[in-house]
Amino acid sequence: MSLIQYHFNVEKDDFDRAGEASSNIKKILRQLGIDAAIIRKVAISTYEAEINVVIHSLGGVISLEIDTSSIKITAKDRGPGIANIELAMQAGYSTASDKVREMGFGAGMGLPNMEKCADKFEVESVVGIGTTITMHMYI
Amino acid sequence: MKINEIKELLCAEILCGGEFLSNEVNYAFGSDLMSDVLAYVKEKTVLLTGLTNTQVIRTAEMADLNAIIFVRGKRPDQDLVKLAMENNIVLMLTTDTMYTASGKLYSNGLEGTKI
Ligand SMILES: Nc1ncnc2c1ncn2[C@@H]1O[C@H](COP(=O)(O)OP(=O)(O)OP(=O)(O)O)[C@@H](O)[C@H]1O
Ligand SMILES: [Mg+2]
Repeated sequence: MSLIQYHFNVEKDDFDRAGEASSNIKKILRQLGIDAAIIRKVAISTYEAEINVVIHSLGGVISLEIDTSSIKITAKDRGPGIANIELAMQAGYSTASDKVREMGFGAGMGLPNMEKCADKFEVESVVGIGTTITMHMYI
Repeated sequence: MKINEIKELLCAEILCGGEFLSNEVNYAFGSDLMSDVLAYVKEKTVLLTGLTNTQVIRTAEMADLNAIIFVRGKRPDQDLVKLAMENNIVLMLTTDTMYTASGKLYSNGLEGTKI
């Protein structure tokens, strides 16, 4: 059972607000007095997941759940899904548009970096339905 | 290196965070790729970049970066500056290119992020 739960809507292509969910999550963790190094890892990986929802998906929800032993971040979107997860996980692989690249994204580093930051990392995806990234950081 | 020394070396204009100029940074990182910044930087780092959209500030916020140098005289808009102020991030503007600004800082002893 998680003691604390928050949910944040993330809109497709909303570059002005992209990062707000991660920013709010970072502030909540800081108020709870979580260790700064752990907060940093959560913030970086949540932000990568949030940007992916903005640039690659049709929109979704980022959730924060905290219990006594871990912080759980879930990024669940409404599609289009990832056909080949193994390929998507490779550093340098990206299908980002030129517009997204001009904004500083599309290096193909997001998913590998999330995996590196998280103590436990899972990608589930169904083409046409959506993608769910689940990350746990132990506290 | 003190942030104020960076300002002097680059003849930079301070856009916000003037109250933090006596803070120290240990490393610098130059990139226009925010995911590379997120993957490689450590704490107490100054970022040199030619990008001026608000995601640069979000990136700095998430990665706990202390300061950002906008190179080639690219001036960010007020919304970006406001977001940086809320996050206690120093912003400065230099007319130097990425290469020249990096060279000046490196030759004066500021190390690059080790990757
Ligand atoms: N939520 C998602 N929905 C659909 N496809 C996705 C999603 N997340 C990632 N992908 C696919 O996986 C690829 C790799 O993602 P990753 O985050 O590693 O890199 P990127 O987003 O392209 O670039 P970067 O994260 O470096 O800015 C993406 O280019 C995209 O094709
Ligand atoms: Mg990404």
